[in-house]
Order: sequence, then C-alpha cells, then structure tokens
Amino acid sequence: MRGSTRGSAVVRAETPVAPHPATGVRRARRDWTLRLALAWIGMMTFAAVAGPWLPLPDPNHMDMLDPKAAWSTAHWFGTDAFGRDVLSRLVAGARVSLAVGVLAPLVGLACGTALGMAAGYFRGRLDTVVTGGIDVLLAFPPLVLTLATVAYLGQSATKLTLILGFIFIPAFTRVARAATLTWAQREFVHAAKALGATHLRILLRELLPNVAMPLIAFFLVAVAVTVVAEGAVSFLGLGVPPPQASWGGMIAEGRESLDSAPALAFLPAIVMFVTVLAFNLVGDALRARTDARRSAP
Amino acid sequence: MGGFVARRLLYLLPVLLGVALLTFLIGALLPGDIATTMLGEDATPEALAELRRDLGLDQPLAVRFLGWLGQALQGDLGRSLRTGQSVAGAIAERLPVTIQLVVLAQVVALGLAIPIAIGCAVHAGGRFDRFFSGVAFASLSVPTVMSAILLIWLFAVRLEWLPATGYAPLDEGLAANLAGFAMPALTLGLAEWPALMRVLRTDLIATLQEDFIAMARAKGLRPSRVLLVHALKPSSLTLVTLTGLNVGRLLGGAVIVEQIFALPGIGRLLIGSIYARDLVTLQGTVLFVATAFVFVNMAVDLAYAGLDPRIRRGAR
Repeated sequence: MRGSTRGSAVVRAETPVAPHPATGVRRARRDWTLRLALAWIGMMTFAAVAGPWLPLPDPNHMDMLDPKAAWSTAHWFGTDAFGRDVLSRLVAGARVSLAVGVLAPLVGLACGTALGMAAGYFRGRLDTVVTGGIDVLLAFPPLVLTLATVAYLGQSATKLTLILGFIFIPAFTRVARAATLTWAQREFVHAAKALGATHLRILLRELLPNVAMPLIAFFLVAVAVTVVAEGAVSFLGLGVPPPQASWGGMIAEGRESLDSAPALAFLPAIVMFVTVLAFNLVGDALRARTDARRSAP
Repeated sequence: MGGFVARRLLYLLPVLLGVALLTFLIGALLPGDIATTMLGEDATPEALAELRRDLGLDQPLAVRFLGWLGQALQGDLGRSLRTGQSVAGAIAERLPVTIQLVVLAQVVALGLAIPIAIGCAVHAGGRFDRFFSGVAFASLSVPTVMSAILLIWLFAVRLEWLPATGYAPLDEGLAANLAGFAMPALTLGLAEWPALMRVLRTDLIATLQEDFIAMARAKGLRPSRVLLVHALKPSSLTLVTLTGLNVGRLLGGAVIVEQIFALPGIGRLLIGSIYARDLVTLQGTVLFVATAFVFVNMAVDLAYAGLDPRIRRGAR
C-alpha cells in the first residue's frame, strides 16, 4: 500500500490510454518518427564514438581573434565566445552526454535488477529491507542528492556516472521487483521448482527473460533522464570540469551572449532536446510493444 | 481511517531515520573534511587536530551521528561555515521564496493542463487531442535549462518585457515581485503541465464513459455543465495527488530554476553552499528538503486515502 498513490500516478501518467484506432496512415507516421529517432541516436552515437577521429578542429583550441564567428565552411556552426569551433564542441559534448547517459543507467540497471528480482522472488525480510532502503533513497530529490554527492566527491565524468547510476538503483529496483512479483507466481516457475531447479537458475533462466523487456524500455527512458540530469549538473558548473566540452556547459556559456549570439546557447539546447526526445520515443514504442505482449495471453 | 493514519505515521519513523543517516553519512564518509575547508589547505596538522577536537570530529561516527540528530531534532542544524548564520534561520528566510515559486508554477501548470485535458478528452482521438498529446509528449523531453534560456531570450532580450534575473520581495510592490517570478514560474509550469494534462485526460476519458454521465446527458443538462461539474470533479483525484507530489518534489527540485533566475530560495541556498564548500549548510539543507518531501508525500497519501476509500482498505 505504501507509495501506492505515487506509483499509480506515475504509471498512469506514462501509459497511453484511450487507444486510438491505429489507422494505416497514423501507424505509418509513428513508424516514420521512430525511424527518425533511431537515426538521430545512431548519428549521436557515431559522433560520440568517432568524434576524435573526425576531421574537425580541436574542440578546446581557442582563437581569440575569431570569437562568435558566423557560420562558415571553416566553422560550420561558427565559434563560441573564446573562438572555439562550436561543431567540434557539440561532438565532444555528445561523447560526454552519451557516455554518462548510457553508462549511469547501466549501473542502475545492473544493481536494480539484481536487488529487485531478489526482493520480488525471495520476499520476506530481504524484501522489507530493500523496499525500505528504496523509500529512503526516493525521499531525496534526485538532483539534490546528485549535487550533494558531487560536492563531496569532486567533479569528473566517471564520478558523475557512478553517482547518477547509484541514484537510478531505486527506480530500476522497483520496476524489476514489480515485474518479478507478477511472473514469480506463473505455472512455468512452479514447474521449474518442481523439477528441482535452483533459485539461481529460476531467476536467470525463467524470470530474467520475462523481466528484461520492461527493464529495457525503462532503461531507454532512464538514458533520456540522465542526459537531462548531466546537462543540468554541467550547466551549474558541477559536471565535467572545463575546458572539456559538455552540452550543459555550452548552454551556460552561451547564456552570457544571448543578446549577441543566441545560437551559442540554442544549438546545444536543441541537440540535447532532440536526443532526449529520441530516447523517449524509442523507449515509449518499446513499452507499448511489451504492454501489448503482456496483455495478449 | 484511524488505523491507516497510524500505520502510515509509524512507517514514517524508519524512513526519516534512514534519511537522516544517509544525509549524515554523505558528509561524514565521503572525502572532504570540514576542518580542512575551514582552515584552508595549508593549515598545520596541529591546528587541524585542535579544530577537529573542538568540532567533535574525533569522536566515533555513531556518537557524532546521535549528537547531530539530537540537535537537528531540536531544530538546530548548525551554523554556516562561511557566514556564521544559523542554517535553520537561513532555511526559514528562503523558504517563502521557494513556496511562492512552487505555488505560482502549479498555477501555470494547472492553467495549461486543465483546459487542454478537457479539450483532448471531449474528442479523444480527434485532431485537437492528437496535436496536444504530441505536444505534451515532446514537452516532457524539454530540459528545464532549454525552456529557461528560450524564455530569457524572448522576454528579456528580444521583447525586453521582463528582467532576466532579479528578485523583489513583496513589500517592494506586487508588480515588481510578480515580474521577478514570471519567468521562473513559467519555466517550471512548462515542465510540469504535460504530466498533469496526461493524467487528467486519462481520468476524464474514463469518467465520460460512466453511466452517470450518460444519465446527466439524458436529463438534458448542458454539455458544458456535464463536463465541468459532473465529470471534472470525480476525474481530478489523481491530478490533485500529482500536484501535491510535485509541490513536495519542487521544494528542493527547483534548484536549476532558482539558480538561473537568481531567486534566493532553498535551491539557491543549496547550490551556494556547494560552491562555497559550506558543508554544514549543505547537510542541513539536504536534510530539510528530504524531510519536507517525506512529510508532503505522506500528507498527500493521507488526503488521497481520505478521498478514496478503496486506498485505505488496501484494495489497490
């Protein structure tokens, strides 16, 4: 019962209801946006991975003689207030955002799945301790906990990843626990038990494949949330230390020249928004698919 | 109902104890030492040891925690390492600003969410519904910093209607006060409305299919009356809950917005203490924010249970 209102509110907010009759045209349009989202994620991933080898100027090279340059063939998206190439910095920022954005939820996914599945499968005292711990962690606004921990641990991409990953553990634990609870009572689990399967085997071979889909859908949403969180922390100057480029840091720097060169703040903001939107779209599509499959039998 | 309230309150104790313990441990276990912060990196080891003794830092962890908790329970969160001001006093000073911001943000969010949700629910699946459901989905992906930057650019740089930053207390006049809150409240409201809209839309669509709505329509009541009186009220339970939860979350979660618009609220106190490495203020503020969140959540849960009997009987 505890937290039931919160849970139901969130779930209801996220599940699309009153299903529209999926006419051919509309489904085609949805597939089309999904494809665009996947293409954007692919492009950002390519930029993040191949960035250092792309024929772009050094993202940290300052050219004080050419600050806030207009868009040109030499600098596709111009230069910032320190004469640094904006495109190079966007690409370098993609590296930070995606590295933190993917690795932090992975930490949360790994720990949260283990904890949530164990709690949902074994129940009893373990379940009480795990849910209690989750409730304590969820009492802290995530950004507050992140900032407080960053303040003590110091700034670096690795530390930020670990902190954000830790903060994601409760959410993943909840998803894994809820899914495990529903599947653990099914016949095939009882059958496996009757056949003498070990707990570990049941958890890994019988339950994990079923729990995996909602977790992966949530993982994509978590990536979107993490990209925003990393952006916020970097915007506050508490993310990756300067001069290393990050989208949030670029927005903060660009804010200073909103009157003369608004694009310096808008470009990283738009890139961040589209990336977040893309991950949300793919996550939503995946969730819709898993929901449909679950309601089928 | 009495039993439900008692159980809920009883469960609060371990959670609050856990919150206090975690807040304390973040400060106590992670690297970064109050004594070094106060005296600077090149203080002599003797001076550091003496200060640690004075502050009680040489005591065992459990003793320090109990001492800190005992003081916190009496409302003493210590004194700022930078200004010497009492942390509880600093929080009390800044709380009204944050509360005003959060309330105004909810007004903006509800002002957008309710009419749009009604419009969507009336013709679910129609053009208006599809458009605004799409807008809401996209809005959920807009980072707060982005909407803040866009608003500053539009209203402060281009139109020059509002100051980019600046806070005026109420006694400097309502207009100046509201002008300072306009963009921050709008930024938060723009982030909050999609979730509220989706919740209300869902509930409204469900309510509109109930028998008593058909009954009201059959009686020949005006469609607007059916919608606003008969349908809206029973559909707003989740909306009210979510709004309550948002208020609790934003007490500490308005950090970014307060920082961008230089509003002297709780969030800014928190960020300022991080920049200044003022660990006592940081610890006290985090404890306050988390405790407030727990209490607001409980109040919302209780209110919800009071409104919906199914909850307190554990039917859900």
